[in-house]
Amino acid sequence: MDETNVLMRVQGLTTNFHTYAGVVHAVDDLTLTVPKDSVVGIVGESGSGKSVTMMSVMRLIPSPPGRIEGGQVWFDGSALGMSDRMEKDGPNKGMVDLLSLPAEAMMKVRGRHIAMIFQDPMVSLNPVLTIGLQMTESMVVHGLATNEEAWKRAVDMLTLVGIPNPEERMRDYPHQYSGGMRQRVMIAMALSCSPELVIADEPTTSLDVTVQAQILELMKELKAKLKSSIIIISHDLSIVAGMADKVVVMYAGRVLEEADVYDLYEKPGHPYTMGLMKSVPRLDAENRERLVPIEGSPPDLLAPPVGCKFAPRCTYAMNICREQEPPLVTVGDGHRARCFLHHPTAPAVPGFVKVE
Amino acid sequence: MDTILKVEHLKKYFAVNVGGPFARKMASLKAVDDVSFEVGRGETVGLVGETGCGKTTVGRTIVGLYKPTAGTITYCGENLCALTHEAMRKVRSKLQMIFQDPYASLNPRMTVGNIIEEPMDIFSIGTIAERRERVQELLCTVGLNPEHANRFPHEFSGGQRQRIGIARALAMNPDFIVADEPISALDVSIQAQIVNMLEDLQQNLGLTYLFIAHDLAMVKHISDRVLVAYLGKIVEIDESKDIYKHPLHPYTKALLSAVPIPDPRIEMQRQRIVLKGDLPSPVNPPSGCHFRTRCPIAQQICAEQEPELRDMGSGHMVSCHFVS
Repeated sequence: MDETNVLMRVQGLTTNFHTYAGVVHAVDDLTLTVPKDSVVGIVGESGSGKSVTMMSVMRLIPSPPGRIEGGQVWFDGSALGMSDRMEKDGPNKGMVDLLSLPAEAMMKVRGRHIAMIFQDPMVSLNPVLTIGLQMTESMVVHGLATNEEAWKRAVDMLTLVGIPNPEERMRDYPHQYSGGMRQRVMIAMALSCSPELVIADEPTTSLDVTVQAQILELMKELKAKLKSSIIIISHDLSIVAGMADKVVVMYAGRVLEEADVYDLYEKPGHPYTMGLMKSVPRLDAENRERLVPIEGSPPDLLAPPVGCKFAPRCTYAMNICREQEPPLVTVGDGHRARCFLHHPTAPAVPGFVKVE
Repeated sequence: MDTILKVEHLKKYFAVNVGGPFARKMASLKAVDDVSFEVGRGETVGLVGETGCGKTTVGRTIVGLYKPTAGTITYCGENLCALTHEAMRKVRSKLQMIFQDPYASLNPRMTVGNIIEEPMDIFSIGTIAERRERVQELLCTVGLNPEHANRFPHEFSGGQRQRIGIARALAMNPDFIVADEPISALDVSIQAQIVNMLEDLQQNLGLTYLFIAHDLAMVKHISDRVLVAYLGKIVEIDESKDIYKHPLHPYTKALLSAVPIPDPRIEMQRQRIVLKGDLPSPVNPPSGCHFRTRCPIAQQICAEQEPELRDMGSGHMVSCHFVS
């Protein structure tokens, strides 16, 4: 990958939750790169750490019980306009570590440079404030506009996301909007400060299929118009397929596989990714084939299994998988997978490339 | 085909207050508005539609959780709507339901054993020892450990809880099961486990399913026939393998094109039919065809005349003026 074209690089991120029952290792030594002007999809089941990763990036982890215990989140310093905090040398030259920023500086980043679209538009808008007030707030707080300018821009943004009569709807309260409309408002709000990065955390999970299609089309359309990178989090491989340039598969707080979208769907390099694809029926399937489920259930992160976290559910698991955690190895151009089957001494399994 | 369930002109209206918090002005919410269909013995019929299309209400009315406003439900030749309370109780044991939310549908204060045993208690079946044995057997059937009978629901994961819910539904040896979105609350990798189990149970026990869901890909996978509902009406009925290839109703077409396919090459090239706007309120549905406000091909006639569900040959029914 082009090293100069990186917008954000999460390096060795570790987030733990200290509960009465013990320490939950929600995200463990996670590394992730987001190139400029791209869409990165993060796929994983509930509890795989995909939301916690993004909350850590935004530094919104409730503490206690949560604590970010390691790693850096490098973000393009020139985009942030923080030339004094930029790294002078080394691989992260010109980047700023968000995790070491003081709280006030971080507040200038949230909403302005990194914006978030939450899963449930029903609960993420304030029910007692008008849409207009909530739309203009971030622009005014970040000093991008006066009240009047912000109001005008908010109306423009609502028009952009396809809200009819935006002038009037600005004075409405969230309960007067339908679910799909609220999600449009959330998107408009996230984009109002023209952030460099938009994080969409399961943006369509609580919506109906037809409304989901509307929102996904809207996001694609806006992607072409605006110069923001997008991280789209989903549990559904098919939603990510049409949007992302690059896909990251997470499981038990780790990256199991990351690849270009075509590579991931055509030659998956991890048994978990393969399992996920076989366990969902396809609408365009010719015959009614029996689904192949992934047996068992995701691990308990209070006491995760030793070795590969997926080994207890894996059909190919070998002895070493239960003893040692496999490293993330490069198996192709920009394609990395965390599996011992790529090791030269592993038994041959169709679909797995042997690498040193 | 031996018909096990026949629903004719079923209507279910709910009274809602539309006058605001201080004025009482009642209106009827037409959750199910003149729905007719048949289910054959041993068949799986899928019922799909968006939130608020009345699919759950249809399911609940069939098992007797709601009293229909009008219409008849005939189960094995008996009209359920005309039965006395006592007679309905007997029929209901053969007509079970699997609920959507496995977190809300199990009593947290009861052990799993008691939850599964309760239907047998109510119908006073067998001795205590026999019931216990049956609970063990049911737990094995749904792939849980028989020793789990003494545990409480909170000790189980979502997928396991759904298995408990299924064991409870099976306790009375039912013939007909209404599965109301049984997998939508579960993780992707767990969904396939439950669906495969439902298919196995159908094979082994000769069950008939009404499978209610909004996930068209899953419905297509599990069902023999599919009913597509929109705003309290059925707009299309067809064999599931045909409905994907030859959808006739514009709503079915839009619904199918909205389902994402896990293949980037197909996804990037696909032309979507994107429906405008949201579902209209069922309190005040549009005149004529209910779908006309979002329909890409609506004409004047759609507002004036309500289309009937017409048979287009070999059981393919559709309600649209422009289908021929």
